[in-house]
Amino acid sequence: MSDDHNHGTELVPAEPIENPGLPEHLPRPTDVDPVAEKRAERQVATLFGLSGVSAVLFCVSYFAIGKRDVFIGIEALQLALGTTLGLALLFIGVGAIQWSRKLMSDHEIVEYRHPAASSEEDRAEALAALDQGIEDSGIGRRPLVRNSLLGAMGLLGLPAIVALRDLGPLPGDSLEHTVWRTGMRVVQDVDGRPIRPEDMQVGQLVNAEPAAFFPSEEGEEPEVPEHEILAEKAKAAVILVRMQPDDIKDQERAQNWGVDGILCYSKICTHVGCPISLWEQQTHHLLCPCHQSTFDLADNGKVIFGPAARHLPQLAITVDSEGYLVAQDDFNEPVGPSYWERG
Amino acid sequence: MADSVATTNGTEPAVTAKANPAAAVATWADERLGIATATKKQLRKVFPDHWSFMLGEIALWSFVILLLTGVFLSLWFNPSMGEVIYDGSYEQLKGIHMSEAYRSTLEISFDVRAGLLMRQMHHWAAMLFIAAMLVHMMRVFLTGAFRKPRELNWIIGGVLLLLGILEGFAGYSLPDDLLSGTGLRIADGLVKATPVLGSYMSFFMFGGEFPGDQIIPRLYTAHILLIPGLILALIAAHMLLLVYHKHTQWPGPGRTENNVVGYPMMPVYAAKAGGFFFITFGVTALMGGLMTINPVWRFGPYNPAEVTAGSQPDWYMGIAEGLLRIMPGWETHIFGVTLSWNIFLPGQIAPIALLMVVLAYPFIEQWITGDKREHHLLQRPRNVPTRTAFLAAMITLYGLLWAAGGNDILATTFHLDLNTITYFMRGAIFVIPPLVFILAKRWCISLQRHDKEMLLHGYESGIIMRDAEGGYTERHLPLSPERAYTLTAHERPEVYAGLSGADANGLSAPKARLDQLRARLSKAWYSGDVQKPTVAELEEAHHHAELEHAHDAPLEGHAADGHQFDGRHEVAGEELTQKH
Repeated sequence: MSDDHNHGTELVPAEPIENPGLPEHLPRPTDVDPVAEKRAERQVATLFGLSGVSAVLFCVSYFAIGKRDVFIGIEALQLALGTTLGLALLFIGVGAIQWSRKLMSDHEIVEYRHPAASSEEDRAEALAALDQGIEDSGIGRRPLVRNSLLGAMGLLGLPAIVALRDLGPLPGDSLEHTVWRTGMRVVQDVDGRPIRPEDMQVGQLVNAEPAAFFPSEEGEEPEVPEHEILAEKAKAAVILVRMQPDDIKDQERAQNWGVDGILCYSKICTHVGCPISLWEQQTHHLLCPCHQSTFDLADNGKVIFGPAARHLPQLAITVDSEGYLVAQDDFNEPVGPSYWERG
Repeated sequence: MADSVATTNGTEPAVTAKANPAAAVATWADERLGIATATKKQLRKVFPDHWSFMLGEIALWSFVILLLTGVFLSLWFNPSMGEVIYDGSYEQLKGIHMSEAYRSTLEISFDVRAGLLMRQMHHWAAMLFIAAMLVHMMRVFLTGAFRKPRELNWIIGGVLLLLGILEGFAGYSLPDDLLSGTGLRIADGLVKATPVLGSYMSFFMFGGEFPGDQIIPRLYTAHILLIPGLILALIAAHMLLLVYHKHTQWPGPGRTENNVVGYPMMPVYAAKAGGFFFITFGVTALMGGLMTINPVWRFGPYNPAEVTAGSQPDWYMGIAEGLLRIMPGWETHIFGVTLSWNIFLPGQIAPIALLMVVLAYPFIEQWITGDKREHHLLQRPRNVPTRTAFLAAMITLYGLLWAAGGNDILATTFHLDLNTITYFMRGAIFVIPPLVFILAKRWCISLQRHDKEMLLHGYESGIIMRDAEGGYTERHLPLSPERAYTLTAHERPEVYAGLSGADANGLSAPKARLDQLRARLSKAWYSGDVQKPTVAELEEAHHHAELEHAHDAPLEGHAADGHQFDGRHEVAGEELTQKH
């Protein structure tokens, strides 16, 4: 900023260079040379023709090529349809632009602008009409009519909101409970097989689920109905890990919640609810693949890195009379992402 | 000869002219619709030409492609979360439980001929739609095309970008594959973090506990009816305002604030823009045919207990993802309630704040500069250094957050420590954008200096002159009048100095402080700007050049005078002639 501009009163210097006006129009080769013009015409027609050929080839490919045919390692039908459709479209586009650039008039035209605003008279007339309308309605003189209308319109918003009430049930305490309960077996998530402590090696991680998601006998229905399994799984999915009992730090919240160094944690991240699955055997860290929150499973599931704020909830387990791992009870706190009334 | 009834050369019988069929159709239509009055001007409406005006066109055409391919997909897609066991032609998933939505997506991909092509075209066009809107918006921002009277069109554009992103996210969620379900899971976490209402909003959205059996049909309604309807209406408003305001143009010889110079809509722009639609469509078809995108069959159906490492959302969600990843784990537990700052701030407050700044920008700049006039000539980015530098800083922030959104990919690709990248990003988003701002501002100012230098002393010709004393100088040659005019065709900055004297005394204390702030901001806005030369400076420089020229006069007409390069006259025996 030069100094003279700090005093707003100084005259602004005139434009240093006058507008030289529109440059002279220079003819293109196609404007002056009939041979070039004819050539351009042929080019455009050829492009349009090639488009037609591609469109026909698309139809031929559609019927002639089998759905499973493979051409140099690529699905042949997909390749042929994409290429022919793409070329059919491109040739029309390139032809049209070639036409406009070579053969259509390239004389620049000047059009004048007008201010976006209406003329003063128009504006005055419009305002007068508006005033007249307001005056005729008497809305200014009859506040009772105006206010009762405003009130009625405002209340009309209520039915619009109330009618949406049945979008879903109220949460109630459903976020605080899962299907886990005393004595429910912790089973493999793939086939529903129950797990014995001796099945697990030190350092191993097993993705597990409650037995209620699987039929207890062949051919029977599982305890949790089919259509509810996904919603229940989004809360009840767990992981089992086996560590050296000496490595496990003091379990202040969870005395006797594990079996021989086997601990069971919720698999649902306390950040926004992704299933956590990346296990670092040496460090006992569990990493969420979505936003990289990291939990220390040897230290009460404590957050040691990332955006999560709360430790991973732990499920107390024990063994039943047949020696299989079972839950001592449901989780003693809500699993998954935080919410207002969680406390 | 279309205007005469018949032709004759006087010796042969007259031949009646053929009636123009187009005119007959136009007459038929006009007698019923009265369209002649409306179209007589618009048919030859002038549009100025510049490559950067094409960016918005890409966005428009990719939306049309989205409508066309989307209708095709909707003929087979089944937006239901009803559970089925797959028995289609994709061997790897046979016998697996999945939703109807996922099964019909597999059917479109494997059993409907051209189905995969259309699905991939739809996804690529969506990418192109959002990317083109974003780049178009940057073009409008950098060149000042959002200034009065176009502020409302800027706002419409900003809302369109937001709707485009929401539309993209809804579409990404529909196939109900593992990735799209994971995206919804994260959306559920974001919604649940809303103070007071979070869990209720989540239950109403999903029709019960996540994932429920309602979200896909609901998103489908939003994706194919609600949001596209809004986008279509806003595009119509955007185009109508464009026609009413007439397109902005770059300054240049013959181009002023009061005119628009270019080619007529009919036929040149009809052919160019229409042709460009087919080119965009054709490129999308080639991409859809040859480049795999979102291969949902590889991810498998959604299962809330599964996720794959390296999960990434579509690119336009990258900055939200990055913010969510680098946010520290802050949560407040007070009076028996939980407030999750770690989700609420990056997931809800930040996007809303960003949108507000974008929409309010034209008014913020107007307030700082005090410029309330209409503008139809575009500004070169270098001539508004502060604005340009602001965008450079914003792009940097965008890029950093994008990188943060892929911190796991960066860590595994470049063998870096994930935690270090995250800690670095937490600081970098506050430190690097201001540095880029300073750098970009200085860069603009030095480009302004260079322009002024060329105006005063001409351009560097590359011709080295040796004088009688044996010294060497580079010959500078004057710019052509057209080029020189174009370089000076921008306004001189006027700093808002603040109210003074009686005006300032009349203000209340807070208003006076605001006025002072405005004056300070205005001063900072223009600080360092280089003024274009004044008439006196230019005359002085030309006078100086003439003296120098007199010094070189004996060389005139010889190969060494340099004029063969600027086309002023040819030089005998010199083959290098280049006409500018």
